[in-house]
Amino acid sequence: MLILECPYCGVKAEETELSPGYEAHLKRYGPGSSDEEFEAYMFARKNPKGVHFERWRHVYGCGKWFLAARDTATLEVFGTYPAQSKEPPADLVAKIKARRPAWEGYK
Amino acid sequence: MSTRLSRGGRLIDRSATCRFTFNGRSMTGHPGDTLASALLANDQLLVGRSFKYHRARGLVASGAEEPNGLVNMGSGGRFEPNQRVTTTELFEGLEAASQNHWPSLEFDVGVVNNAVARFLPAGFYYKTFMFPRPFWKHVFEPVIRQSAGLGKAPKDRDADRYEHAYAFCDLLVAGGGVAGLQAALIAGRAGARVILLEQAAHWGGRAPVDGDVIDGKPAGQWVDEALQALAKMENVTTRARCMVAGVYDHGYVLAEEKIADHTPGDGRPKKRLWRIRAGRILAATGALERPLSFAGNDVPGVMLAGAMRDYVVNHAISPGDRTVVVTNNDDAYRTAIALKEAGLEIACVIDARAIVSGALPAKARAMGIRVEAGRAVVKVKGGKRVTGVAMGLQAGEGAVLEEIACDAVAMSGGWSPVVHLWSHCGGKLIWDEAQAHFRPDATRPPTNQDGAPMVHAAGAANGALRGDAALADGARVGLEAAQALGLTPTAASPTAEVPEEAAMEAVWIMPQGAGPQLRMKMWLDFQNDVKVSDVQLAAREGYESVEHTKRYTTLGMATDQGKLSNINGLAVLAKSLNAGIPQVGTTTFRPPYTPVTFGALAGESRGEIFQPLRRTPMHGWHEAQGAYMEPVGLWRRPYCYPRGNESHEAAVRREVLNTRNGVGLLDASTLGKIIVKGPDAGRFLDMLYTNVMSSLPVGKCRYGLMCNEQGFLSDDGVVARIDEDTWLCHTTSGGADRIHAWMEDWLQCEWWDWQVYTANVTEQYAQVAVVGPKARLVLEKLGGMDVSKETLPFMQWADGTLGGFPVRIYRISFSGELSYEIAVPASHGAAFWEACVAAGAEFGAMPYGTEALHVLRAEKGFIMIGDETDGTVIPQDLNLGWAISKKKADYLGKRGQERTYLASPDRWKLAGFETLDGSVIPDGAYILAPGFNANAQRNTQGRVTSTYFSPTLGRGICMGLIRGGLDRIGEEVEFNTTSGGTVKARVVDPVFYDKDGEKQNV
Ligand SMILES: [Zn+2]
Repeated sequence: MLILECPYCGVKAEETELSPGYEAHLKRYGPGSSDEEFEAYMFARKNPKGVHFERWRHVYGCGKWFLAARDTATLEVFGTYPAQSKEPPADLVAKIKARRPAWEGYK
Repeated sequence: MSTRLSRGGRLIDRSATCRFTFNGRSMTGHPGDTLASALLANDQLLVGRSFKYHRARGLVASGAEEPNGLVNMGSGGRFEPNQRVTTTELFEGLEAASQNHWPSLEFDVGVVNNAVARFLPAGFYYKTFMFPRPFWKHVFEPVIRQSAGLGKAPKDRDADRYEHAYAFCDLLVAGGGVAGLQAALIAGRAGARVILLEQAAHWGGRAPVDGDVIDGKPAGQWVDEALQALAKMENVTTRARCMVAGVYDHGYVLAEEKIADHTPGDGRPKKRLWRIRAGRILAATGALERPLSFAGNDVPGVMLAGAMRDYVVNHAISPGDRTVVVTNNDDAYRTAIALKEAGLEIACVIDARAIVSGALPAKARAMGIRVEAGRAVVKVKGGKRVTGVAMGLQAGEGAVLEEIACDAVAMSGGWSPVVHLWSHCGGKLIWDEAQAHFRPDATRPPTNQDGAPMVHAAGAANGALRGDAALADGARVGLEAAQALGLTPTAASPTAEVPEEAAMEAVWIMPQGAGPQLRMKMWLDFQNDVKVSDVQLAAREGYESVEHTKRYTTLGMATDQGKLSNINGLAVLAKSLNAGIPQVGTTTFRPPYTPVTFGALAGESRGEIFQPLRRTPMHGWHEAQGAYMEPVGLWRRPYCYPRGNESHEAAVRREVLNTRNGVGLLDASTLGKIIVKGPDAGRFLDMLYTNVMSSLPVGKCRYGLMCNEQGFLSDDGVVARIDEDTWLCHTTSGGADRIHAWMEDWLQCEWWDWQVYTANVTEQYAQVAVVGPKARLVLEKLGGMDVSKETLPFMQWADGTLGGFPVRIYRISFSGELSYEIAVPASHGAAFWEACVAAGAEFGAMPYGTEALHVLRAEKGFIMIGDETDGTVIPQDLNLGWAISKKKADYLGKRGQERTYLASPDRWKLAGFETLDGSVIPDGAYILAPGFNANAQRNTQGRVTSTYFSPTLGRGICMGLIRGGLDRIGEEVEFNTTSGGTVKARVVDPVFYDKDGEKQNV
């Protein structure tokens, strides 16, 4: 059962307080997008063994969505940050690179 | 025979007696006995039958690894199957019965399987019983059901209670042997919050049994002093009878504590499930002895050497008058010595090693015990009980050199660390060639959220098997763990005096060159009847992965989960594959370590408090009226209000007709109510709903649909514009929380620059629907507002005071009748409802329930989310294209709905159906199409979504999806029925009643 720190209220929340929202930093494709773009948005999800960016909601807490970077194999949590982010914060990316030199980046 | 010795027994209290029964036979034992030791004291060696061959099974072990001694315990509300006799403490009045035999333990019909064993090889489940197909149902299954299976399912409600407890600590120490105690002392003295858990009722592990001396004191005394020291530390908690079941992500630990297991009915919970969050976990869980694989190693009377020593030293049990010890290591000599010291005879120690040189063998020899080196047990003689062994050369093929009479055999194939807790979260193992076991690889531990090691292994669990090594390892790892927690612990260096031991020698088959006849009698898994020959066969048939072999042969899949069989089995597999043991690897260790009772997992969540219940403010009134309640999510809603002996069916008909012809009252409080407010609220709702909500004038209502991004219909409801920047969105009763979360998701994660605020006010308002031609009369009777057609027309709302209550009235209808839905603050809900009932009395108002609500809406062809939708239906499938804006550039689901296959003319679309004979089509029925598909199933062209008897029309009505939808109106189709027949129906307009919708506009 994971522990993730909510970047809004600072609570170290247990998984039972959270609800998962799957992959983070998806770009929405609406009307006018190609079939390929829409398919990728809708269905093509990353499933890495290693560094992954996810959406979580502190549903039984402050109610805020946030993003988390963690290793899906070792469950190491590199950090959490607000959902209102276009990309992972630079210091977090640097931290992950230091911990996982072979990591190819979040894209 | 096995008996109680007249002296000794460090754990039993001879001054008291416990009476108990086994298979109805009265027996006695002492406090401190386990059920296993008490059975042995009464010469009850035979405790069960194996799963497949129903071979007689005796006790093999003395702890959690016992594969055979599983019994049905207790009776009535305290009946429990599969209780392990070795871990069950004896108490006065205990009732136990053996399982997996028919008709009796001594005479069992299933034993014929034994005679045909060569026809039941590895994978027999998959190879046999397949054909001819009808045989499975009529022959194989009934026989298997009668003669197989472990234990019986309890019939009565559990009379006991269970509870959950939560705890937090810096260091959780699992295992109260000398290593765990030593580690807890170091961490505790350093100030760490320590929880120390021991699965057994007593502390100290093997050291006191083995006669170790620590710091010049007997191990038992050292253990007592350690416990006293820990008890004085406020930061340390210790619990016996508490088994750490599993280690999970980020230091989460589950442990099951036995509280009243051995004192049933004393008012305490039977068990307590501990849910612990630990900074670090120290696994000092000891080691388990391995059996040796020789022919007949499953005959009752053959026991693990360490277990036999436990029974002699702890419980003063004589396993037999004359024992043969067979071993590949020095430790088993301790058993020979203990038995000899207890006054029993050791016929021989058969040692597979060519050279036997250690201190313990020397001591045994000095005591006059015969030791045979380089020898093997070729086979054990006896059926329900050992009568002797045939001895040969370990290096040979099974030629018998000598037959030795005996009535017990103690075997030891070496010891394997209990690595379960290390492995649960991915800790890796290394193969220790010298000790022939897997042990934790300290360089590859399971890790925590910070990437640091989460579990430390210590003592025998870490491969430090001997008493002195275990103690030193406990001190070393305890220090390491405390330092990792940021503390500055003080090292401790207790010294233990134990005899030097010579190296063990791996022995996987005994004798080494044994032929097929012997290998067929070498058991690996005693409970599931998996033999050396089965694993070898699996290897020959191409099973290379240990995980596949496990499932194919069922090796390690019994209730002991391979605690005894794992290493022996994979060693045999490795040899068959000509691979090394580390290359073959081990199967995955998963929680729980030993089975956890369902009751403990449920804890207090049973009966009334199984889950939280949501009650509307009128709930008490409904109950007082004798309403029949049904669950709707976590809500309980009245299904109908039967009067006197009225059936539910009759009540629903009455409620429907009274609403159509007079006036009905519905508690609609569960309806979802979400306020959406802000400068960008209109823009936001235009994205959320398929139609336009921003253009809705203040004071008006509009029906809307919400879709997910794939375009599938997700929820529906009426939206009211409250003021310039405020909308109130009604959702389905079950959808309120989900839709509110959906709104927040888009607002927080996609359009976070939009100024919109949402609030789920579902529970802040009670809502009453006053429905029917006389609805207006009831409101006028309550008085206070003009509710005329002119002032408050259909699809408008108004605030005001009705009968003295502050209300908001929505003129909306889910029944097709004149209808007012009246919201009041929840605190007024019950009083307002009663006021409506009183005001309606003279007009014949009656409450109606959810079933009448469903019938009323189905008569009108109104869709219901969850009935007409199932996550694969777009609004267009339901002829709701009119509620989809063509003008809007975007809304959630628009792109999804543009996918070409959703425009296919072959899609199943909504239509109505009327049976030709007026009957009701069964729920779940399909519309048949000609021919059969590739799986020989009848082709279909549609299905039922809602089907009811319509009291208004006096006939069955049905909504459903059919290929072609409304284009099929007028056609006759066939539905299948539950009896296997079919029923003919005509495709019709789904609006069955008041097609022009005039009644709601009056
Ligand atoms: Zn929070």
